[in-house]
Amino acid sequence: MEDRMEDRSDAARREEIPDELQARRETIFMIPAAPAIWAAHFLASYITAAIWCAKVAGRTGALDGARWLVAGYTGVALLAIAIVGIWGFRHHSYGDATVPHDFDTPADRHRFLGFSTLLLAALSFVAVLFVGMVVVFTETCR
Amino acid sequence: MAAPPDDTLAALLGESSVLAPAGRSAAAIAELSWWLFGGATLIWLVVIGLSIYAAYFGPRAHDEAKVRLLVVGGGAVIPTLVLAGVLAWGLWLMPQVKPPLPQGAVEIEVEGLQWWWRARYRAETGETAVPVANELALPVGRPAVLRLTSPDVIHSFWVPALAGKMDMIPGRETVIVLEPTRTGVFRGACAEYCGASHALMSFAVLVMEPAAWEAWLARQAAPAEPPASAAAQRGMAVFTEYGCGACHAIRGTEADGDVGPDLTHVGSRRTLAAGALPNTPDDYVRWISDVHEVKPDANMPPFGMLPEGDLAALALYLDGLT
Repeated sequence: MEDRMEDRSDAARREEIPDELQARRETIFMIPAAPAIWAAHFLASYITAAIWCAKVAGRTGALDGARWLVAGYTGVALLAIAIVGIWGFRHHSYGDATVPHDFDTPADRHRFLGFSTLLLAALSFVAVLFVGMVVVFTETCR
Repeated sequence: MAAPPDDTLAALLGESSVLAPAGRSAAAIAELSWWLFGGATLIWLVVIGLSIYAAYFGPRAHDEAKVRLLVVGGGAVIPTLVLAGVLAWGLWLMPQVKPPLPQGAVEIEVEGLQWWWRARYRAETGETAVPVANELALPVGRPAVLRLTSPDVIHSFWVPALAGKMDMIPGRETVIVLEPTRTGVFRGACAEYCGASHALMSFAVLVMEPAAWEAWLARQAAPAEPPASAAAQRGMAVFTEYGCGACHAIRGTEADGDVGPDLTHVGSRRTLAAGALPNTPDDYVRWISDVHEVKPDANMPPFGMLPEGDLAALALYLDGLT
């Protein structure tokens, strides 16, 4: 059994590796980029609404200005996450390393980084939409 | 003395089911709950159905494209859409559950204390506010704005049949709007753990026809009637002699304490000690003589040292304050 695992592993290691990937320095920082944008969007929205209700509109006042600001943050955040997601999709589409991309080869690393980035971008995109939805329905500081 | 059966108190305090709403926002919450329950049942049936299918009817290889569609669709896309829908409904509901403060509402200030409720009906025509305790009455079909505070620890105001919960936070005023849609008696409770007798901090909300409510409020606003019988007069003397008036007010007498509940119309309430006991002369005796047996850690000192006759007279007097 162990021998066969070894065989499989060796076969995978011998997969065709595009020359370009051999020399490439990959970055890990695209993986947390989309969740970081989600966190920044949440924080910015929360702080904006808190300051607006404490200093501008009052506890029962209207949220209008803050709603437009949060809508703006949401647009920017969604665009940024989409760019990160496209980057991830392109990385994942390149090469033919097989799932689950867990070998220590440049090809696997390349597809793994792209796939993780893409999935986290999808999650963050939905999360930012959910945060943004609040200002669609909430009109006042109450 | 035997403890009263729990169903006696439950009946006195009234309905307390979120599934039988009697208020506008409680109805909105109940409707959402039923949809969630129905949706959850449907999803459960589909998932269990698929499991049974996979185990007994289709344990063979399936077309990979279809399987991928099922995994991605059923595992990611549909849950995201369902959650988005439920979130949108919840967000849409929130302004209805916390509406802008309505005009022409009944205005009540409510304080949650360890372990009872102090309330003041704000005067509508320049008269002084009407203080009540441990029981509220509301006119049906008219919104009531309740301004909630607490002088000690965090409590939470909850009348399940009428509306959601609202915390009562020291140093801050929160607001809840109750809009009863049918008459009846509804139980309110403290919904935030607040100390030893947290569970013994209930109140009844009497929802009445507007005319009956006006009469109730006028009655609560009036001073206490002087005791009629000789025994009750003796009870009144006991009340004065033992200094009960240092903590309790009975409007129309010299008792004007502000530490404990206003007792001007204590005999008219459905329960005693914030829903801890029914309201009969025997219950007054039990409460006054052994406070902490009924309500652990309560601020009121027990007066078990009173002669039995004095205690009975006091109970008779208080019970007569209707």
